[in-house]
Amino acid sequence: MAIKTQPVTVNLGPQHPSTHGVFRMRVMFDGEEIVDVEPIFGYLHRGSEKLAEERTYTQIVTLTDRMDYVSSMLNNQAYILAVEKLAGIEPSPRGVWLRMIASELQRIASHLVATGFLLQDLGALGTPLIYAMRERENILDLFEMICGARITNSYLRPGGVFMDAPEEFWPALERGLDDIVSTIDELEEYLSGNEIVFSRTKGTAVLSPELLINASITGPMLRASGVDWDLRHRAPYDYYGRITFERKLHTASDNYARYWVRVQEARESVKIIRQCIEQIEPGPVRPSFDDVPRLLRPPAGDAYAAIEGSKGELGFYLVSDGGISPYRMHVRASSLINLTLLRDMLIGGQFGDLFVTFGSVDLNMGEVDR
Amino acid sequence: MTTVWSGEALAEAIEAFAPGSVESSAGIDVWLKPESISVVCEGLKTRPEFKFDLLNSLTSVDYIDHFEVVYHLTSLPMNSSAVLKSRVGIGRTDASIPSVVSIWRGADYQEREVWDLMGIRFDGHPNHKRIMLWEGFPGHPLRKDYVTYDQSIVSTAPGASEAGLTDGDE
Repeated sequence: MAIKTQPVTVNLGPQHPSTHGVFRMRVMFDGEEIVDVEPIFGYLHRGSEKLAEERTYTQIVTLTDRMDYVSSMLNNQAYILAVEKLAGIEPSPRGVWLRMIASELQRIASHLVATGFLLQDLGALGTPLIYAMRERENILDLFEMICGARITNSYLRPGGVFMDAPEEFWPALERGLDDIVSTIDELEEYLSGNEIVFSRTKGTAVLSPELLINASITGPMLRASGVDWDLRHRAPYDYYGRITFERKLHTASDNYARYWVRVQEARESVKIIRQCIEQIEPGPVRPSFDDVPRLLRPPAGDAYAAIEGSKGELGFYLVSDGGISPYRMHVRASSLINLTLLRDMLIGGQFGDLFVTFGSVDLNMGEVDR
Repeated sequence: MTTVWSGEALAEAIEAFAPGSVESSAGIDVWLKPESISVVCEGLKTRPEFKFDLLNSLTSVDYIDHFEVVYHLTSLPMNSSAVLKSRVGIGRTDASIPSVVSIWRGADYQEREVWDLMGIRFDGHPNHKRIMLWEGFPGHPLRKDYVTYDQSIVSTAPGASEAGLTDGDE
């Protein structure tokens, strides 16, 4: 006699250790198979866009730290680029190099966190996550040297950064870069050819490149499907036009491809930082307060600036009415938009792959809900 | 480097396949009539001279006497970008615009967010629900006339009217 099953609805989250924050899903299972998924957002909604309307342009930098809190430097960079575009500020060269170094370090940290948690979700309890977090810790120590903060950095200012790196930062950075490479080597030695990782991640949650583009999905998820789209290369901001780096592409577009692209991108970031160290020159790290006052009053108008964040295109849309705070600020949050295809990825899959697929999207609830 | 369509050139190109859909253009922006947004977006996505296959961002601004919906588009094959805008809810009346989810699925959560926080209705959206706040939340917080909790406490405090604090707007 065949065993019959009937669909069961299970509520996952918002307080669940594998949901990377306060994410909630209502999932309908038929046996082990996922039949329906409904994501429910908003448990970390703090109204950042409304708060920004009552703060000055410099104060808002602190709000952007708290959006995607594992890539604060990248959030700072996207926001500052939008402000500079809106106010027509010419940044100081040394400040730009410093913020490129900071944001590439942050990209490595973010990719390490994504990789570590993905492997944790796969059932590799402890070891890979601790390896990744140990390396992230070194990067946070470097941040502490350049700006005094580890997570909520607020390092960037319109026109550059707020202080120069101390002398002891440069040898520490060199040592840190070597450590990062050896940690990635170590991680890859254990995991990139690991039979269990292969069998759990290859061929699961495959998405076509056309569908990904149609759903506005960018970043490592899009590059894992073989689409060569990286804003650092296609629309270079800051000094990325003077840097050469490879765009790492994978064509499988499954969970393994997304893991692989992130690990390889972290390696490329190390190369970018080394080029920045070669090209950086002495000078002021930001324009003088006569040129860029603390209390900015950009002319009335709007501006949209986007960077290649750790999760995809991270954009800020600012509208000014000539006052000291933006009239409107909108964040193009890649974490939220990358979840558009969550249903397509999960439905028809197995219960055991649910959190692996979810981890391979790499989302941050601080950015989803803002 | 991504090339940006100038508003004038894009308006002319849109008028060529969808006559009467453009209201005005300036700088890099093109203002479209809300009712023609579906036709224009479908054309911009499929026609070989545009190929705008990626909807970067969809958002809205409250300009007190009207709302503005802003679309940022990118074409991956042509490496070009464009900005579309549309004025809706003139005079703060019922604000609505056709949904573009059937053209770009990426608009799904972004349109829900605009509805939730700004109160602009997207006709034809397959799942037209609030996204950040719960159903039944009073008002739409990103509107300029929304009175925040802090403001509501200050304005009802004793002596608030003498201190000139009753006005929610600065």
